[in-house]
Amino acid sequence: MIETRSNNILTQAVVADPPPLLSIKDLRVWFELRRWAFSRAGYVRAVDGVTFDLGYGEAIGVVGESGCGKSSLMKTILGLNIPTSGSVTFEGQEVARLDRKGLRWYRSNIGYVQQDPFGALAPFMNVQRILEEKLIVGGIQSPAERLERIRKVMGEVKLHPADDYLEKFPHMLSGGQQQRVVIARAMLLEPKLIVADEPVSMLDASVRVEILKLLRGLQESHNLSVIYITHDLSTVRYFSRRIFVMYAGQIVEKALVDDLLNNACHPYTQALLTGTSEPDAANARTFKEIPPGEPPSLVNPPAGCRFHPRCARAIAGLCDKEQPPETSPAEDHLVSCWLVQK
Amino acid sequence: MAETELLRIEDLMLHFRTSQGAVQAVDGVNFELATNRAVVVLGESGCGKSSLAKAILRLLPRNVSRYSGKVFLDGKEVMALNDEKFRKDVRWVGISMVPQAAMNSLNPVMRVGDQVSEPAMIHLGMKKKEALGLASKMFQHVGVPVDFLDRYAFELSGGMRQRVAIAMALVTSPRLILLDEPTSALDVLTQANIFNVLKQIKQNLGISYILITHDIATSSELADDVAVMYAGQIVEVCDAERFFQAPQHPYSRKLMASVPRLRGEQEPEFITGQPPSLLALPQGCRFAPRCPLRFDRCRQDPPVIKKDGRLVKCWKYA
Repeated sequence: MIETRSNNILTQAVVADPPPLLSIKDLRVWFELRRWAFSRAGYVRAVDGVTFDLGYGEAIGVVGESGCGKSSLMKTILGLNIPTSGSVTFEGQEVARLDRKGLRWYRSNIGYVQQDPFGALAPFMNVQRILEEKLIVGGIQSPAERLERIRKVMGEVKLHPADDYLEKFPHMLSGGQQQRVVIARAMLLEPKLIVADEPVSMLDASVRVEILKLLRGLQESHNLSVIYITHDLSTVRYFSRRIFVMYAGQIVEKALVDDLLNNACHPYTQALLTGTSEPDAANARTFKEIPPGEPPSLVNPPAGCRFHPRCARAIAGLCDKEQPPETSPAEDHLVSCWLVQK
Repeated sequence: MAETELLRIEDLMLHFRTSQGAVQAVDGVNFELATNRAVVVLGESGCGKSSLAKAILRLLPRNVSRYSGKVFLDGKEVMALNDEKFRKDVRWVGISMVPQAAMNSLNPVMRVGDQVSEPAMIHLGMKKKEALGLASKMFQHVGVPVDFLDRYAFELSGGMRQRVAIAMALVTSPRLILLDEPTSALDVLTQANIFNVLKQIKQNLGISYILITHDIATSSELADDVAVMYAGQIVEVCDAERFFQAPQHPYSRKLMASVPRLRGEQEPEFITGQPPSLLALPQGCRFAPRCPLRFDRCRQDPPVIKKDGRLVKCWKYA
């Protein structure tokens, strides 16, 4: 009950005037576990009650550790998973209800930037074929127009001169160049939304920043909405306006970047901030205070707050019994934690 | 230096023969490491840092065209040993290694306890029971519950597997452990936990580390000294204190500037261009084509300049 009410607060607070591009309401994605292929043994609750809106031209970061459900969330947004309950609505259309034609329209409006560029590019196709395929699927008939669009996008991702790259195969490109091809492919059909799943985690330090800046440049020049999924807090802040912190299938804290970095409220967010290293020689002399244990299994998540078994400040009888409602300690800042209630 | 020297590497070379020519993966590397210290070898992919680890442990592929130099472990030249002697006296016993993606390098059909005790049985000649006892002691050191000894690798999480791999490297009580990207595939909190474990082991057991990584921010968790590697060569060696404050070599400076920070206004920068191919290295300073400070002399190979205990391979400091 409390949850639904706080969801309304969010919708009002963040999106007052223009309608959102993407609206996610109480999304649950559960995967069935079967024993001997017949009897149901339970569910993996990969995404369990996620709600947020994304405006036009807005960039958000979703931060969480592996197994927290951020990839399932992303795949559901891309229309690859069917929600168990709740909805993903894009420009007023509910994604799960789209027919073939509708899905084609939807997918031409979202671009996907994969984590591992080498794995995302077919090794037996050259750059031109890789990019052209997307346009063919997108319904661009004329070869001349396809080539023109490819050249334009390659210029935008700074793969110029394009002719040097068109004939090349992925293995002939460096990691940074491969990622540029992946971004070019995502941009080809002029999408409104880009979903980037750890786009720089496989790249070297010096290239990482280059790709982040490129993505940000594209976001600004095309007024793109971006969902940036990562486990690395230090790169999100250069990229997005809001950060969502995900833990065990739920979003535990939503805040503007600076607010989150300076006034993190949820103990898990605080732990993530402590755990992130900054280059400083003093680090070697100190031990970090990290919550013990590991994220819970999503088959049987703990009752109450899902972080309570690892939380040093958990309140017995409350945190282990009841799920904390979302509260707002500051403007545009929502957190699900009983400690903030007090 | 007051501490006793544990490892000294002189002019280490490791070149590979390929169909496209010779790859100069490790090209004249020198550094030394004292007991109970950790040196971080920082470099981007393809700079030869993993080859350096292989060269130190003599884990060589077949296409080696040149392997030379001197490696002193505890004052003893180990490069001169024959392969059998090297395997018996150096590997595991003197230097052990936690390989890259160690979490995936565990044998899936062996219980982790057996895997951890195996090196002790082979290298220290222990009986199985005794070795398992030792393994459980190592599990305590790395923070894995002792009842995990009977489990298989797939039953453990990534962080736990990584700890098992560290326990395996520890079991023969070596003097030095080579860590090749030990946390790159792990989550932030797991990473921080593993570094806590590594620090604890260093404190308790007096072990030294060579940490090979591309991640400057997390490398500072362990570093006493930093060696920066570029295109097969070490371009800067410095104590961590001064390095993280002000690196000297233009490449190190650029690398430091490229680190995204959690706080502060500083925008990260990137390094234009890309590292040279180890097949066709530029003449003179190998960083010169990307260096903003290059001048005429950079066309010749820069000398290693030693000043205040730091080493820099750059003409700017000549």
